[in-house]
Amino acid sequence: MARGAGGPAPVRIIVGYGFWIFLLSDIILFSALFATYAVLSGQTAGGPSGRELFELHRVGIETLCLLFSSYTCGLGLLFLEQRRLPAFYAACALTFVLGGAFLGLELSEFAGLVARGAGPSRSAFLSAFFSLVGLHGAHVTVGLAWLIFMTAQTAARGPREFVRRRFLCFSLFWHALDIVWVGVLTLVYLMGAR
Amino acid sequence: MEEHAAPATGSSGGQPPDKIEPSGSIVTYTVGLVFALVLTGASFMVSQTNLLWTPGVPAGLAVLAIAQMGVHLVFFLHISTGPDNTNNVLALAFGVLIVTLIVSGSLWIMANLNAHMMSPAAIMQMQR
Repeated sequence: MARGAGGPAPVRIIVGYGFWIFLLSDIILFSALFATYAVLSGQTAGGPSGRELFELHRVGIETLCLLFSSYTCGLGLLFLEQRRLPAFYAACALTFVLGGAFLGLELSEFAGLVARGAGPSRSAFLSAFFSLVGLHGAHVTVGLAWLIFMTAQTAARGPREFVRRRFLCFSLFWHALDIVWVGVLTLVYLMGAR
Repeated sequence: MEEHAAPATGSSGGQPPDKIEPSGSIVTYTVGLVFALVLTGASFMVSQTNLLWTPGVPAGLAVLAIAQMGVHLVFFLHISTGPDNTNNVLALAFGVLIVTLIVSGSLWIMANLNAHMMSPAAIMQMQR
């Protein structure tokens, strides 16, 4: 079938495309912070370096939390399409718990760093670290709020067309955050802890 | 999907315009999860052991990370080369171009500046 044949694309395709463009612009925003971190990662100003600060056990658990929450979020989208609401709510709850666990671990890591005098004002390296990882954490926070909203809206309005479209956008957002986390994990933690 | 229950046995080859796109299946997501777990495990192993030749570790980690991003794009975000996806793939290609320019350009320029910057001792020398 030739492209453009068959009339205008369904709303769902157009909304997905628009949201995809937003996600790409968000990833470009992250890329600026990735570049900043890569430039500044050696500038510790006599302070602690990544090798002394990063705990890979905690980071591994964070990674698993985020990866499995991405998986349950995808399953939630499937259950919503199939109108299996109890399974959908269970998937949402799991996604929320795993995302919340990720956020809790990250915040306790930040608190630990600040407590041992390695806050964002200590060195250029730590400023870049807190900006990059903190922006990702802020995105996760927004995602969790959005997830609560979508669950409540599904309960109030039912699995209608527009609700399913919005949940599709949420799932794209959540998966994109996991992609950004792969970059954070590799550049910041795995390369930094060596 | 009760409102789209019309049988797909019609003679027309094209899809009905309001057909809901299937967004993957449990199998797709599970395969993606397994791939992602294997790649994450490999990344941790490469960074924590001497499995790879040491100077090659950053390159190995970068390759594993890019592979995992690809897995997420294909199995979770369902970016494919299908006809409905042409625009998404083109936008992705543009995004990758911009990200590459920002990251590699910043590193290149800053490394160049760093290499040409006078050491603080030399600046003190000039001020004297």
